[in-house]
Amino acid sequence: MSVTPDVRIQCEDFDITNEISKLSAGRGDVGAVVTFSGICRDEAGSLSALELEHYPEMAETEIKRIAADAIKRFELSGITVIHRHGKIKPGENIVLVVSASPHRHAAFDGAGFLMDFLKTRAPFWKKEHRLDGSEEKWVDAKDSDDSAIERWE
Amino acid sequence: MKLVYFAWLRERVGVGEEEVELPATVATVSDLFDWLNSRGENYQEALKHPDVVRVALDQQHEGDRNASIAGAREIALFPPMTGG
Repeated sequence: MSVTPDVRIQCEDFDITNEISKLSAGRGDVGAVVTFSGICRDEAGSLSALELEHYPEMAETEIKRIAADAIKRFELSGITVIHRHGKIKPGENIVLVVSASPHRHAAFDGAGFLMDFLKTRAPFWKKEHRLDGSEEKWVDAKDSDDSAIERWE
Repeated sequence: MKLVYFAWLRERVGVGEEEVELPATVATVSDLFDWLNSRGENYQEALKHPDVVRVALDQQHEGDRNASIAGAREIALFPPMTGG
């Protein structure tokens, strides 16, 4: 049976427990579910919010393509990816990956693979808004994100 | 043809999207950059560091500056992505 990824780009928050259930409830073939949550971080305590801009027509297509690759490569039973856009405050969710498979290694790898490629291929951009009202600043891409995909080659 | 810009490229160009009539001499991504640079200081500012600018032809990444843009309906220019 072919597995179709569930990809959603939305403003609203998500419910992790609910998303896990959707992938595993009532199924006897799923033995492992791994979730990854990306959360808005503010180590310096000076961030008011991250604003996430995206390219709607491309973001969904690109994430679906990466998710389909993950399903094929790791023989996943299912995968859900939810990426939020708009203004997100420190401590709030940005992205969720739920990866399901018969055994744990594939589920872990599926979630890791998805995130590594999403970081460098999915058209989203973060802008920082500061509590002190200083000029908003676009977040720079990290070289470490580019090199992270090399481990899958 | 529609050109779309995102993040700081959008801010520097000054619009998120525009319809353009490209001259017949503009055949590749590289030609497009040259043509945009001839259109004003805002484009020159946006394309000041051309190596970091990413390009998508009809929502597909295109990393080759010599790639043909013939037939593309929408070309997007944007900075390296910072999602996730």
